[in-house]
Amino acid sequence: MPAVSKGDGMRGLAVFISDIRNCKSKEAEIKRINKELANIRSKFKGDKALDGYSKKKYVCKLLFIFLLGHDIDFGHMEAVNLLSSNRYTEKQIGYLFISVLVNSNSELIRLINNAIKNDLASRNPTFMGLALHCVANVGSREMAEAFAGEIPKILVAGDTMDSAKQSAALCLLRLYRTSPHLVPTGDWASRVVHLLNDQHLGVVTAATSLITTLAQKNPEEFKTSVSLAVSRLSRIVTSASTDLQDYTYYFVPAPWLSVKLLRLLQCYPPPEDPAVRGRLTECLETILNKAQEPPKSKKVQHSNAKNAVLFEAISLIIHHDSEPNLLVRACNQLGQFLQHRETNLRYLALESMCTLASSEFSHEAVKTHIETVINALKTERDVSVRQRAVDLLYAMCDRSNAQQIVAEMLSYLETADYSIREEIVLKVAILAEKYAVDYTWYVDTILNLIRVAGDYVSEEVWYRVIQIVINRDDVQGYAAKTVFEALQAPACHENLVKVGGYILGEFGNLIAGDPRSSPLVQFHLLHSKFHLCSVPTRALLLSTYIKFVNLFPEVKPTIQDVLRSDSQLRNADVELQQRAVEYLRLSTVASTDILATVLEEMPPFPERESSILAKLKKKKGPGTVAGLEEGKRERGADVNGGPEPAPASAASTPSPSADLLGLGAAPPAPAGPPPSSGGLLVDVFSESPSAVAPLAPGSEDNFARFVCKNNGVLFENQLLQIGLKSEFRQNLGRMFIFYGNKTSTQFLNFTPTLICSDDLQANLSLQTKPVDPTVDGGAQVQQVVNIECVSDFTEAPVLNIQFRYGGTFQNVSVKLPITLNKFFQPTEMASQGFFQRWKQLSSPQQEVQNIFKAKHPMDTEITKAKIIGFGSALLEEVDPNPANFVGAGIIHTRTTQIGCLLRLEPNLQAQMYRLTLRTSKEAVSQRLCALLSEQF
Amino acid sequence: MQFMLLFSRQGKLRLQKWYVPLSDKEKKKITRELVQTVLARKPKMCSFLEWRDLKIVYKRYASLYFCCAIEDQDNELITLEIIHRYVELLDKYFGSVCELDIIFNFEKAYFILDEFLLGGEVQETSKKNVLKAIEQADLLQEFQEVLGVLRNSSPDTLSHVMNILMSQCTK
Repeated sequence: MPAVSKGDGMRGLAVFISDIRNCKSKEAEIKRINKELANIRSKFKGDKALDGYSKKKYVCKLLFIFLLGHDIDFGHMEAVNLLSSNRYTEKQIGYLFISVLVNSNSELIRLINNAIKNDLASRNPTFMGLALHCVANVGSREMAEAFAGEIPKILVAGDTMDSAKQSAALCLLRLYRTSPHLVPTGDWASRVVHLLNDQHLGVVTAATSLITTLAQKNPEEFKTSVSLAVSRLSRIVTSASTDLQDYTYYFVPAPWLSVKLLRLLQCYPPPEDPAVRGRLTECLETILNKAQEPPKSKKVQHSNAKNAVLFEAISLIIHHDSEPNLLVRACNQLGQFLQHRETNLRYLALESMCTLASSEFSHEAVKTHIETVINALKTERDVSVRQRAVDLLYAMCDRSNAQQIVAEMLSYLETADYSIREEIVLKVAILAEKYAVDYTWYVDTILNLIRVAGDYVSEEVWYRVIQIVINRDDVQGYAAKTVFEALQAPACHENLVKVGGYILGEFGNLIAGDPRSSPLVQFHLLHSKFHLCSVPTRALLLSTYIKFVNLFPEVKPTIQDVLRSDSQLRNADVELQQRAVEYLRLSTVASTDILATVLEEMPPFPERESSILAKLKKKKGPGTVAGLEEGKRERGADVNGGPEPAPASAASTPSPSADLLGLGAAPPAPAGPPPSSGGLLVDVFSESPSAVAPLAPGSEDNFARFVCKNNGVLFENQLLQIGLKSEFRQNLGRMFIFYGNKTSTQFLNFTPTLICSDDLQANLSLQTKPVDPTVDGGAQVQQVVNIECVSDFTEAPVLNIQFRYGGTFQNVSVKLPITLNKFFQPTEMASQGFFQRWKQLSSPQQEVQNIFKAKHPMDTEITKAKIIGFGSALLEEVDPNPANFVGAGIIHTRTTQIGCLLRLEPNLQAQMYRLTLRTSKEAVSQRLCALLSEQF
Repeated sequence: MQFMLLFSRQGKLRLQKWYVPLSDKEKKKITRELVQTVLARKPKMCSFLEWRDLKIVYKRYASLYFCCAIEDQDNELITLEIIHRYVELLDKYFGSVCELDIIFNFEKAYFILDEFLLGGEVQETSKKNVLKAIEQADLLQEFQEVLGVLRNSSPDTLSHVMNILMSQCTK
């Protein structure tokens, strides 16, 4: 028995629990439980009416049995009886049972809802509390339907007790989370915001959670909360440690509330009002300063609470990404934590720095910690911390440190935990490709990867190395030589045999002049591995052999002998047998010319998104890595026009922005002038500054590329590079435009202008400030555009740039990729919900359909990534035909929200797509359909 | 917060609180997996780990593990202190709480948790206020029990006792 038994002792319950604890075996326990269940059942069914106490006791026993992990399918009715009782203890147990064992029986729910309704109206604060707790705990749709109207009233009524207000706020939050459409924000919204000013800190704490969740969906309606939250936060951080009495936790004033307020502020951009903004900056500085003060207590609770606030403040600083000074201070603070003796703090510092690494202001500051992070990788004893270190190294990697980071990751891979090896392999492969200046380094890295962790090298990785070798003729000879050497190892990984087989089959001739790697030697080397390999690898090797027949006529008889042998011609595997038969026949009957045509070197692969990256994204979920990649890519563009001088001409070296993953804006141009330098872009003859240049050639294509992504290079010629980085949330957005002067001469009178037609102006509000009219050679200037979607729109704004360069007047126009789909919020739904809504939107004006030919290879993963990039949710397992893609989302404008459903049906045979859009507004359906059709 | 689990070093579940709707089957699967993962970790390891798309925050107090699952945006350190504050509340209520208290008075552990956390969010961080709410409930309970006993007494005794009780309550 427990030392203390407060309240009512239910003796029968205690005895039962003791019995269970005394059971020597699982069987004995089950036996005892079954006996008890039978007893309770007979009591509930018996003729004699049970008194409240017995009912309570039995319901409690059932609850206990359920919590032990057994199924309970009765007792709900008795629990409902209890919660309708006027006796507090009975009511309490009844509610507890219902909260833990939620049941979807509708009759029961009606009874429960009735009882709750009575308790809410009872004016008895304790009963009201129990009822609200129950609604918050169950939070079902039925409860939302019944109480979504009532609870806001309780929340904002003047005479509601504080504790009931707290429960009501969180109750509403729970209902909003489960059924947002049943909880429309009404006129109570503004009164809820004012709870941030409430005297009672508990009420403020609960209200802040509610407001944060609501503001994520309806930022406009709750935007007055920003200034209130800032002033509340300011009062807390400047208060003395005893001011807040019981809300001070180990000398930290109201840590929970502080964290929540900082979290609420992350729903919004930096405050526009300079006074509020100044006050917030002061708060953040105070929090950073406090981190440097000596601790007021040695207790871990003190430092945890203090640092919880600090980390949340850093998150806000990163979210705003606008105050370089704060960002660098945050980075230094995290740098200190990297070497802290508390494992928890090291873990969080690594995690938080990952996001800092993608900010242009703090990327360099993060990089200074590289040695510490590498050290963490080597010395941390906890795998979850090492995982964070890998993530951070990946995030901080750029051209300057890629070789070091890749080398460190490779050496870590030799001893890495099995659980994270595959991810490290993907990361190494991506970094090696992305930052390869010298492709021999890339080939070496990937072969090392296969040597060290061959089992974790997925198909995507070795496919990719082959694609790259085939597309780049400067590395083919080296690749052939390297794989040949690697294959000498007595035991090499099967993946190496695959890569080696493929590469020698294509480029073995490049090393055949050396007698040490003569055709016959190459063949024997490969064939010595043949019998140790799996069927797919053997099939690949057979193809290599027939390629050898073409490359090296002198080994033809040897290879024909091998193909002719029983183990090939009569192989039990159909695929191998067929290849052997066909290849043998081909080598016998075909003339040299035909052989040469059939077995010609592989043509270059079309450039597209790296399949490895797609895989990593899939592994990590679409949000995280994609975001990171976007950020990193933008930096690539920065470097191009920023401090690191760009190569004088893109002719010899590929431009750093032409990134290898096929993600970048420009297609790779291995030789010759870059495609965008057509010379027509710059209207050198126009002398009239007022005239706007016609759209630059290629502008439409560039525009289309930005429909499904937010960052990258929009325009580039010999003089100027324009990079974009943008973010959208609901109907608001921010776009950073980076103008890079690629020359060594100043640009004068540099004036970018945004041009919108009258029609567009009414529907899309753009605000920006003029930039400095002088842009130094090699420098980059940034312009911020604040965007608000007022109503749905079709056209795109035009960005016109005029400037003087060395005496000539330059005038460039490009379409700015602000498109309707940027204001999408994805909506997840199950199959049933999807088709229900689909049917509701069936009138002819609501549906727009387009059937069109595929312009790009029809790759499922890429299509998925594009639909997600487009902004809608990609709904898996919704369409009965798994080949189809369906998506759903909501377009947010200032005036309305427009639900959108889309369905894309590929037809591989015909290389066609059918795209169907259904929204509640015809113009929206049309625009979205037009935008998305251009993507495939 | 998506859920909170309390389990013993032997892996026995002592308390579970779910703030997202899940089927019983899923709950059992999650519990099994997490208990295993957390128990396998060594004492000096960090209190946070990534699990599926959630963050797990856990801490051991004597023989009990307290384990919370939070979302990507949530703050790990403050969650660690949520756990600590809950332990403090239990401790104060039971008077140096031990695992047995929670086994035998599981319903009280739930009531205290509901006063502190609701819908997965902190409702009231003041220790005083949470315990006041619980104590008021206990008092109400005793009061009603006394009333039950007195129901069969004479009206005079009843009103006399009522007067004493009322003066006690308003003190």
